[in-house]
Amino acid sequence: MTTPLIVSDVSKSFTMHLRGGLRLPVVSNVSFSLAAGECVVLGGPSGIGKSSILKMLYGNYAVDTGQILVRNGEQIIDLASAEPRVVLQTRRDVLGYVSQFLRTVPRVSALDVVAEPLVARGTPVLEARERAEALLARLNLPKDLWQLPPATFSGGEQQRVNIARGFITDHRVLLLDEPTASLDAANRAIVVDMVRAKKDQGVALLGIFHDEEVREAVADRILDVSQFSPRRAAA
Amino acid sequence: MTALADYNFAYLDEQTKRMIRRAILKAIAIPGYQVPFASREMPMPYGWGTGGVQVTAAILGPHDVLKVIDQGADDTTNAVSIRAFFQKVADVAVTTKTSEATIIQTRHRIPEETLGENQVLVYQVPIPEPLRFLEPRETETRQMHALEEYGLMHVKLYEDIARHGRIATTYAYPVKVAGRYVMDPSPTPKFDNPKMNQSAALQLFGAGREKRIYAVPPYTDVVSLDFEDHPFEVQTFEKPCALCGARHVYLDEVVLDDKGGRMFVCSDTDYCETRREEGQRGEMLADMKEAAE
Amino acid sequence: MSDQPLLNVRGVSKFYGSRIGCTDVSFDLWPGEVLAIVGESGSGKTTLLNCLATRLMPTTGCVQYRMRDGNLRDLYQMSDAERRFLMRTDWGFVHQNPADGLRMTVSAGANVGERLMAVGNRHYGNIRNTASDWLERVEIAQDRIDDQPRAFSGGMRQRLQIARNLVTSPRLVFMDEPTGGLDVSVQARLLDLVRGLVSDLGLAVIVVTHDLAVARLLSHRMMVMKGGRVIEQGLTDRVLDDPREPYTQLLVSSILQV
Repeated sequence: MTTPLIVSDVSKSFTMHLRGGLRLPVVSNVSFSLAAGECVVLGGPSGIGKSSILKMLYGNYAVDTGQILVRNGEQIIDLASAEPRVVLQTRRDVLGYVSQFLRTVPRVSALDVVAEPLVARGTPVLEARERAEALLARLNLPKDLWQLPPATFSGGEQQRVNIARGFITDHRVLLLDEPTASLDAANRAIVVDMVRAKKDQGVALLGIFHDEEVREAVADRILDVSQFSPRRAAA
Repeated sequence: MTALADYNFAYLDEQTKRMIRRAILKAIAIPGYQVPFASREMPMPYGWGTGGVQVTAAILGPHDVLKVIDQGADDTTNAVSIRAFFQKVADVAVTTKTSEATIIQTRHRIPEETLGENQVLVYQVPIPEPLRFLEPRETETRQMHALEEYGLMHVKLYEDIARHGRIATTYAYPVKVAGRYVMDPSPTPKFDNPKMNQSAALQLFGAGREKRIYAVPPYTDVVSLDFEDHPFEVQTFEKPCALCGARHVYLDEVVLDDKGGRMFVCSDTDYCETRREEGQRGEMLADMKEAAE
Repeated sequence: MSDQPLLNVRGVSKFYGSRIGCTDVSFDLWPGEVLAIVGESGSGKTTLLNCLATRLMPTTGCVQYRMRDGNLRDLYQMSDAERRFLMRTDWGFVHQNPADGLRMTVSAGANVGERLMAVGNRHYGNIRNTASDWLERVEIAQDRIDDQPRAFSGGMRQRLQIARNLVTSPRLVFMDEPTGGLDVSVQARLLDLVRGLVSDLGLAVIVVTHDLAVARLLSHRMMVMKGGRVIEQGLTDRVLDDPREPYTQLLVSSILQV
């Protein structure tokens, strides 16, 4: 069985130049790997660096040391040191991300926001839209919202658009940052089903779920992030 | 007339003539290219043909026969003045007959009669730069000529078609000379453009105010710019000349009275007169003859 | 994505006397990649853009461009004729002020058609149809084809300028503050349009802007300039979400939140 994601000895700190060069260590010596078909949930108290880890894996945060290895076809990419275009390529091909908040683009309809990752990979627009419609329908997003830009949607509606966008592709690795935070019980259950379906397809998932019920339902194992806390490492 | 002794032959001093001749030779060597020259003050205002007069003065010899036309006519103020000028300062023979002339200085027309190898046509040019309409910077237009970037010329024609449904430019219609330089043929009607192509006569262009000379050597390709789906066409006239009955010539409109009466007559007065001397009669003369009988 | 960069920039510096315009800039640009150059006024971003687009000659440095035939050519060693040909076929340049990039006294159709005529297109009907298609693509009503840009709003003029540049299917487009001077709502529309065209046509773009939101929306990658130097560069998300240099942190923290 291939290992789609390996994180090895990753450390991260912020230097706040606007506050006199204050150095804030975030995590150190993060090492773990994800197996295909596995859902790993990041655990630990808030502020311990769970979101930061997801952002490093997706390339939004730079890392100080270490490697983040992702398999793309025959290639192994080290996202910690890859050029921007390689990071973008990896995101397009293998690495999906459902963030807590949707970054909206003016004038682009919810449907196209969802379809975009497929179109970027060469799926014909009409086919991509059909699949986007199916996903939005499944997530119970009212049909009259589909053609509207999601900027004015409620938190829960935006989140469902975001989930659909993340789940529409067959990315081998999916990062989930509290995808169910603003959803009601019915929609949470649907997302749980969708995560399970991804696992069945052999997708490796890494997520943050604060909702205990959801966490229980999807997690194969909990990765305690406090073990990577620099304070502990120093102690 | 001892006064003549005060002038060098043909008014300009010999140094100036040599300078102008060098410019002319260069212009002939690079057909359609605008050669800068040190245009002199002439005893007439700019716009009266100072460029043409300097070119004529530089190439005129004592045995030349000079004809001067303005819009095709030998008898307008401009033509009469320039002819008188050269009679006075060069004492050359003058004529109104196209076939007899060795040098024809012209403002805004090409004679109807086909010119021969022994003849030189000198054009008076107000604005030598065909690209100026859309690109006022001289540094830029020079570079465009140098690099043969003539897309802009078609922009002008495009605008014509977009606005009028056809190319509405009727005079100063741009041409490409010897497959290289785009040239302003001076404000001649586009009717005359085909006459420039493969002409046996040497064609010289002088712009006094703008200090440019350019040339079309004998037997040179001169092609009017156009679009594939809007090819170049010359003006056509419904009726022949009212005086001499000539067809396929360029006609001027003459208003006869204040009741809308008008007639169309040859713009080239010599051509018209010659035909009438040969007994050709147009509609108007025929009427008058009938009326007299 | 192709395996070879479109543009290799090495050690480009421009000095105005002893004053630094930009200094020692090196990067590669790949086909289809959108690079934002951000920084405040006077940071050298426009000087750099003009050097790259050969509108200015740098004091030192070398820029190589991969021609359509696949060969790399040194831009500063090319003849004027070649460079100008490149600029009106394979490149585009979108000015901040549309009047600098348009012919204000000829119709919208002729503005778009000019590049076609410049490369030898001599069929009026085809030129006009192409111009009409492009007006539609940039959301200008086709019945405005014979109007002069003087009669257009600022946003329309900017869209017309974009159409005029894209009609020859360039591979590289330079943009200098393309949304500067436009109302916010007009900006959003233009950005969305540009974003769509860039991805549909696979354009490589170098866009200069002081607006980080523009960089976020349009670019894959960004370079932050200060005092003529590139002080930070990387994936756009990364630079904006995790700025490392003091100046970049200041820039990012200065964005007004709505």
